[in-house]
Amino acid sequence: MMEYDIVIIGAGPAGLGAAVEAYEKGVKDILIIERDSYPGGILQQCIHNGFGLIEFKEELTGPEYAERFIEKVNEYGIKIMLNTMVLNISSEKIVKAVNQEKGVMEIKAKAIILAMGCRERPRGAISIPGTRPAGIFTAGTAQRYVNMEGYMPGKEIVILGSGDIGLIMARRFTLEGAIVKAVVELMPYSSGLTRNIVQCLDDFGIPLLLSHTVIEIHGKDRVKGVTIAQVDANRKPILRTAKYISCDTLILSVGLIPENELSKSAGVLLDPVTGGPIVNESMETNIEGIFACGNVLQVHDLVDNVTKESRIAADSAVKYIKGLLKQEGKFINAKAGSGIRYVVPQIVNYDNIDDKVKFHMRPIDVFKNAYISVKSGGREIMRRKMQRMTPGEMILIEIKKDKFLDNDLHPVDDITFEVEVV
Amino acid sequence: MEKRELTCIVCPNGCQLVVEVEGKEIVSITGYECKRGLKYAEDEILAPKRTLTTTVKAEGGHLPLVSVRTKEPIPKELLNKAVLELSMITVKPPIKVGDVIVKNILNTGVDVIATRALYAE
Repeated sequence: MMEYDIVIIGAGPAGLGAAVEAYEKGVKDILIIERDSYPGGILQQCIHNGFGLIEFKEELTGPEYAERFIEKVNEYGIKIMLNTMVLNISSEKIVKAVNQEKGVMEIKAKAIILAMGCRERPRGAISIPGTRPAGIFTAGTAQRYVNMEGYMPGKEIVILGSGDIGLIMARRFTLEGAIVKAVVELMPYSSGLTRNIVQCLDDFGIPLLLSHTVIEIHGKDRVKGVTIAQVDANRKPILRTAKYISCDTLILSVGLIPENELSKSAGVLLDPVTGGPIVNESMETNIEGIFACGNVLQVHDLVDNVTKESRIAADSAVKYIKGLLKQEGKFINAKAGSGIRYVVPQIVNYDNIDDKVKFHMRPIDVFKNAYISVKSGGREIMRRKMQRMTPGEMILIEIKKDKFLDNDLHPVDDITFEVEVV
Repeated sequence: MEKRELTCIVCPNGCQLVVEVEGKEIVSITGYECKRGLKYAEDEILAPKRTLTTTVKAEGGHLPLVSVRTKEPIPKELLNKAVLELSMITVKPPIKVGDVIVKNILNTGVDVIATRALYAE
């Protein structure tokens, strides 16, 4: 059986970032396993700019951002096994994988970093009635066709969902000569970044229809059109507002789900809200020595934050291998209170905090001039003013180690994050 | 005096900018949190610019396309023309990130560079 100190599943930004960090922290015996034929993950198809402003202080495209890490991985001689599919991971940290060259193989790891990313919600996940013709694509699939493989999915396009990938593809299709008739969004607000609405829709005069959805898909062999309608406050279609739009393609940009089939095989517990593993401050799952980072853990808006998270996971894996990561200690639960949908990490081992812990969260709604209040047993331990919060933009809150102590200087049992509107 | 509201597109903050314009002159710019926002607001009023990202055809490489971008933002009204010009080009591997694909596109003084590597198949 092959043996490595660290095995990383996935060569996207999370996996590459973790590999570079672990190497620089002194663990050199690393294997990255990737099912695609080239490293970089989804960044390869994200040819638009806007990546790396935090990480590199310059504006890069997705492939350029990935290339910076690929170059480091190559320079360090870190092994990437491409075209290789991981079939199973055991709780004893044995990875079973298969490729054309070696067949089925088993690899023993001292630590595993899960970095498999996420997948898109397809039509079946949102239950749109109608026929089942050709011409329905998820935004990410269409993006790979247009940006890497050289195919145009259609000429007249309706996009359902205003996530960032949908918005970016609206511009991309337009530049490639297609007509994007509308972007239809169920919610009363866009789930994408404001900058993308401006430069992808407004710049090209593409209408964004908020509080609208697709209620029927028409066409037998190929999409001929869709019927859209406005929705009420309960998101039920208002039938008298129904309107037919002819199109040959429907693009779905209706959300992402962390890809955790392999995590489950190892016995990793998942958070029902994020769809990713439940982790502690070290990005360690409930299985000792198995860590998670990137979109497999929680869906991010910015790759720069994925890189930061990958560093924490890699640092922790290195500490774990060196026997420096404490498995026992005083555990604090981090909970989502009113106005907050989820918090990651969900658990903090007080004895493992170096200086501070960074929490990621998303609000359940749009809030203006509100505070995020962190409470423990009715006592407020921190408060931060937020100009504007929207479910489409992740919130990062750092809490210093001493804030986790109560008045008697004992670590608290739990902390709760809440939105308070002034 | 005319008041124009803009959303800065430089970074994910998406600052809400307010620009006061008198004729063709900018009187004041408020709402930006960094210098890049100030520059964006100036450009957006006087001469809007965008970085173009697209693809060009490739022959004999591991992919049929190479992703490219303009090294600097170019005038917004030239985006479609630039895409058209780039659609006429075919490149061959090996290509490295940063290789110049078209020099001085449409006489803007801006080069178009490759944003991904392409190796021979």
